Amino acid sequence: MGVVERTWTWLATGAHWSGTDGVWHRLGEHLFLTVVCLALSCAIALPVAVLLGHLGKGGALAVNLSNAGRAVPTFAVLVLLLLSPLGTHGSWPTVIALVLFAIPPLLTNAYVGMREVDRDVVEAARGMGMTGRQLIARVELPLAFPLIVTGVRTAAVQVVATTTLAALPGGGGLGRIITAGFRLTDTAQVVAGALLVAVLALLVEGVLVAAERLLDPVRRRTGPVPG
Amino acid sequence: MAGQDCLISNDWICGEYLRTRGQELTDATLQHIGITLASVAIGLLVAFPLALLARRWRAVAGPVLGLTTVLYTVPSLAMFSLLVPFFGLSPAVVITGLVLYSLTILVRNILAGLAAVPEETREAARGMGYGPVRLLFGVELPLALPALMAGLRITTVSTISLTTVGAILHYGGLGNLVYDGMHSYFKAQVLTASVLCVALAVAADLLLLLVQRLLTPWTRAGKKAGKAAGKAKSGPGGGKATGRPAAAEGAL
Repeated sequence: MGVVERTWTWLATGAHWSGTDGVWHRLGEHLFLTVVCLALSCAIALPVAVLLGHLGKGGALAVNLSNAGRAVPTFAVLVLLLLSPLGTHGSWPTVIALVLFAIPPLLTNAYVGMREVDRDVVEAARGMGMTGRQLIARVELPLAFPLIVTGVRTAAVQVVATTTLAALPGGGGLGRIITAGFRLTDTAQVVAGALLVAVLALLVEGVLVAAERLLDPVRRRTGPVPG
Repeated sequence: MAGQDCLISNDWICGEYLRTRGQELTDATLQHIGITLASVAIGLLVAFPLALLARRWRAVAGPVLGLTTVLYTVPSLAMFSLLVPFFGLSPAVVITGLVLYSLTILVRNILAGLAAVPEETREAARGMGYGPVRLLFGVELPLALPALMAGLRITTVSTISLTTVGAILHYGGLGNLVYDGMHSYFKAQVLTASVLCVALAVAADLLLLLVQRLLTPWTRAGKKAGKAAGKAKSGPGGGKATGRPAAAEGAL
């Protein structure tokens, strides 16, 4: 009970929100890192996964990469990159570590989504004389869309949560509020920081769910199924 | 003499480091294994009844799945810090945090595995006079094993990698060495600990794969074509769910 009240007081204190150590600044850093990392990993993983899924090759690679991704501790990668020559280049170590972390779920989901498109539909489209490019754009991608977006959502939430780790080696983001609170043994600040990250993760998830509803090509074309 | 140079020049790979700090590395690895084992074991013990409850009552399923998913979004750093007031600075904090994370994947996979048991199989077992408990442990659980083991493998591997974050409390196993190495810019220590951590995860994954093969011989019997078809005992069909942890990712 005491902690809840003190957390509320911490969050309600204006001084905690302003300045370079303030919530707004850290939130900005966190969002910036999340968006950049997610965009980069999507740009890398999705084309590869879509192409592999279309060709039906590299399934073992996609699945195994995802498993291997879980085995690599992000914290260790972060520190390794920090100690490498890259370490002197601002946020690059964080960005690279997070991109590496976000690629596996994106790749696996997009690949599985492409493969799970009904083979009969694909054959029919091929019989109608569609080229490979048309097949991807008009048949496979629209049908695989829900699973691809699920992958993006998974990756986004994980990136938001994991960006927090950037604070351990002294990087930016909301994690700094948590580590600072931890060092000061200020439980209220730790709770406040964790709460902010969790709310951000849920917000990002919500935005992506809404985007999925709006953008789903199949749903948009057919409209709501009557009765 | 030449061996000492790599410590002085702070190389990434250093044999001298391995020789002089072997004990430290062993201790960290043992701590890492201990924390992982405890977390996964407790995770299984908690997830199993939760999955059974969620299967029995629809009203329980929603909150259980929702809560475990929300827990998964809490950053590990925050999770560990938040548990400190309850347990003090102890390994229990790290283990509790890891158990909470493991529930998301374990509960879902156990539920999916149990749901995939064909109704006819259940009917047949009931017809043979199986009670609910014997049905669960004798028929349903073995059939759900491939899905359960897939979940267990994912959980174990990610638990091993997440344990490193426990370094903030100094109970992170090999993560401790990474954390200390970060502050002192000791490259060999960071790299060695990281590599050991990944090796540990790969070894655990392979070990669990082996256990799965030993526990579910029928999934392989089916593949050996018609020969096994005559054996009445090979009942459980469709080991299709095996070794596809990717399916769990879509469920998250």
